Amino acid sequence: MDARRETEPTATKNRTTVERRSDREVVVTRTINAPARLVFEAFTRAELFKKWWVPKSFGLTLLSCELDARVGGTYRLVFSHGGSEMAFFGRYIEVVPNSRLVWTNEEGGDGGAVTTVTLEEKGGKTLLVLSDLYLSKEALDAGIGSTDGMGESFEQLDELLVTLGAS
Amino acid sequence: MVQYAQARLDASFAALSDVTRRGVLERLGRSDASITELAEKFDMTLTGMKKHVGILERAGLVTTEKVGRVRTCKLGKRRFEEESAWLERYQQVWDSRFDELDRVVEKLKRKESIDGRKKRD
Repeated sequence: MDARRETEPTATKNRTTVERRSDREVVVTRTINAPARLVFEAFTRAELFKKWWVPKSFGLTLLSCELDARVGGTYRLVFSHGGSEMAFFGRYIEVVPNSRLVWTNEEGGDGGAVTTVTLEEKGGKTLLVLSDLYLSKEALDAGIGSTDGMGESFEQLDELLVTLGAS
Repeated sequence: MVQYAQARLDASFAALSDVTRRGVLERLGRSDASITELAEKFDMTLTGMKKHVGILERAGLVTTEKVGRVRTCKLGKRRFEEESAWLERYQQVWDSRFDELDRVVEKLKRKESIDGRKKRD
């Protein structure tokens, strides 16, 4: 599928690209103006990770964030949203300092996506490529969005689409 | 949802592969029209036009409504909206995350350069 979206680049802001590579895979890319080791730190140190993974605009409160970014180590994020709590968790299956992280998303039981982050440094900047690979097309359909605590937004979108379809 | 969108996208492309159907969409872009009006405009039989409209309808590109004996066709609202809405939402999520990530690494960079200066002093 040739669906693809990009933001307009500005002098200070790099472009975020989202692309569906296949039925099972969604890939997000972005250049970060910093060396790969700093980006890696921001992904693997909980006190840094929690500062950016859940921007205020999401309307979620991050109650706790535990990351043990070692092969076999686990992570667990707990959010509060509208009076209810949601947990997102999984484990790291590959950890290559400053270049590669692979983790599972297990909150939905079997069939959750595997997230792969690769960092490629060039001239002091880092190309970040994040891929969510699902076991099947159906799993992607069921899981898209929810792995990121965005379930409700996507549910709202679903509702909107149903409304559009009915009109 | 994505799978559903994919099937619809395939149907959309198939629907758009025909010159008459593209013409019908263009015509409906100006105003709604009945099957009879469309058949006359494209010099086709009613049956032929019904087939084309049916394909466009299944692809979500056109909606029809029958009032009395007249079936009125209009442009569908869906078209590519659902695919792009999904991608747009996904992209907004990541874009706002990465904006925050920029801030985090910017602070780390500043801290490193201050620490670096301290070490040299």
